[in-house]
Amino acid sequence: MRLLKTLMAAATALAVTAFAAPSFAADDPGPAAYAKALNGKRVMLVPLAMGFDLAQGWAHYLKKEVEAWGGTFETRDPNWVVDAGAQAITDAIASDTRPDVLIIHAPDLNSYSKLMKKAQAAGTYVILVDNPANFPADAFVGSDWDKLGQLEAEAAIKGCGENSSKKIGLVQGDQANSSSLYQYAGIMKVLEKHSDFQVVAKPDSNWDATTSRNVTTTMLQQHPDICSIIDFWDGDATGASAAIRDAKLDGKVFLVTTGGGEKAADCDKLNDGTYGAVVMTDLARQSGDMNAIIKFLLQSGQPAGTSHTYIYTLEKATTKADLKPDSCWDLKALQAEAAAK
Amino acid sequence: MNAIGWPNWRRLNQEGIVFAIAILLFAAAALGLPGFLTADNLVAIVRSVSVLGILALGMAVVIIGRGIDLSAVAIMAMSVAWYLQLLNTGTSDGLAFAYVLAGVLAIGLLNGFLVAYADVPAIFVTLATGSFVFGYVRSQLITQDAVPVPQGHWVELLGGVRFLDIPVEVFVFAGLAFLVFLFLRYTKWGRFIYFAGDNPVAARNIGIPVRPMLVLRYALSAVVALIAGLLTAASLHSINTRVVNSTLLYDIVLVAVIGGIGLSGGRGGVRNVLVGAALIGILLNAMTIIDIPLLYQNLIKAAILLGAIIVDGIINPRDEQTAQQGDI
Repeated sequence: MRLLKTLMAAATALAVTAFAAPSFAADDPGPAAYAKALNGKRVMLVPLAMGFDLAQGWAHYLKKEVEAWGGTFETRDPNWVVDAGAQAITDAIASDTRPDVLIIHAPDLNSYSKLMKKAQAAGTYVILVDNPANFPADAFVGSDWDKLGQLEAEAAIKGCGENSSKKIGLVQGDQANSSSLYQYAGIMKVLEKHSDFQVVAKPDSNWDATTSRNVTTTMLQQHPDICSIIDFWDGDATGASAAIRDAKLDGKVFLVTTGGGEKAADCDKLNDGTYGAVVMTDLARQSGDMNAIIKFLLQSGQPAGTSHTYIYTLEKATTKADLKPDSCWDLKALQAEAAAK
Repeated sequence: MNAIGWPNWRRLNQEGIVFAIAILLFAAAALGLPGFLTADNLVAIVRSVSVLGILALGMAVVIIGRGIDLSAVAIMAMSVAWYLQLLNTGTSDGLAFAYVLAGVLAIGLLNGFLVAYADVPAIFVTLATGSFVFGYVRSQLITQDAVPVPQGHWVELLGGVRFLDIPVEVFVFAGLAFLVFLFLRYTKWGRFIYFAGDNPVAARNIGIPVRPMLVLRYALSAVVALIAGLLTAASLHSINTRVVNSTLLYDIVLVAVIGGIGLSGGRGGVRNVLVGAALIGILLNAMTIIDIPLLYQNLIKAAILLGAIIVDGIINPRDEQTAQQGDI
């Protein structure tokens, strides 16, 4: 009993001393400097369109952080039209409320280069997300598409197995978008090392599901013994999967694709066997990287265009076997969370 | 042209030229490409142009009546996206379908009304309603570009329907083509469309209800678009509204026009749509088998189409007698 009393007294004394010394915290210069640098700053996201999972996920995570540190977060929706995106960027640079950080999802290697240069000249930091461009931005955050292609090819080889036909079909995106070009380069790098595997056809889908279905149908008729197909985006891989289903080759053709790791788009389809493997981008972490580089740039004091950082997101080919409850993020849940506010 | 619709074999017109090119391509592909002349591949060719062909049928009826419907693709994608969104948020199937059908008819009627009674050129009316439909549905009614079909729903089951291993959209395309053929050839209103398209003022003077018929055509085109959208969703188990930004709309007009339906109205029929669709289908399929990159595919497609138009221009030169007022 006495021991307990002593202990309690000691604990109380400790607590009192701890609470009585708040001066340590007040001396930390961090929060004040942080608030001074960030407060009231504007961040704008210009994706290819606001209507798809990646953009909605980025916007959700960015908005949460930016508003938490007292900034303003805005998005623009070019709805897949390059001109509309250019217009949005031009307007943003010229407006009175010019953003301090502009996050751009480039449609191809060159379209926005001049505009991004203008933005930097006006003092706006430019961050490229997901799609690389021929422009030295302040930071690039996104996938190393070459590496991503390598992961896809390795997943396809594994999905085919040693005793298969070793024939692989590709459904490319287009011949202009960097994500498609680099992805192709990465796939071919791996396949060169596995010379027994061959690519039997490599049509483009133009990112359209119906086209993907039509070209995959033809591919499967020409080469019914294909063991794996790599479709360059989960947005149109639904078409390739429809063609496989129609040809009654479910389970025989290992479909590999890549996506933003959204539950309905990726994990559900891995679970029901539509996709064999998906190289998923960890969207929450990618958004976290963007948030970190935004905070760094705004506090750095350096003029826009001074440094060029590449932050590649960790990618991983996920199959049904290594699917976990937290493998994907749930767009519906994010939307419900936003609606509840 | 003799009795409207029947071909004049003695004189090679654009339809004949395109048909000949299609036959040539077919023969060349059958000889040169392994796997082209198989039952499966021929079915795949027809299937790949089914939805395009269905939309072109609706467009053909409108064009023959000297109009154009640029809202077709927007109606196709957005109506089905809205329908699926309603289903996904728990609206009962019957009610959701009733809403969507009412919406589709309303847009078709609005198109027709503005063209027929407000005398606004069809190209502007339908361009505007198309943008409106896309913008309104995309911003107010759905949350995503791509809307999935709920699991086990009849639209999903429809996509798996096969007769003799032939997908359902081929039969729908064939059935609709036959219906439109009967309508244009054997019904009074069908015949009147040619008169109204050839010379609206004269048609009106002899007592044809030109304006109500115009409204009907746009409503018809809208419903055809809905059917095309449902078939797309049935096959892909989802609908992606991005298709509104694609070149599909131009392809539809192209299929109709390349087959020989004059944009000035009053000429052509279902057969022209079938010829146009056949050319596009064979061309795309052959190029995919050869594995030609998309950039070159577009170039080759454009070159062949341009060639057909130039040959037609040389064989059938335009003069004061063949040209019509309002020819585009």
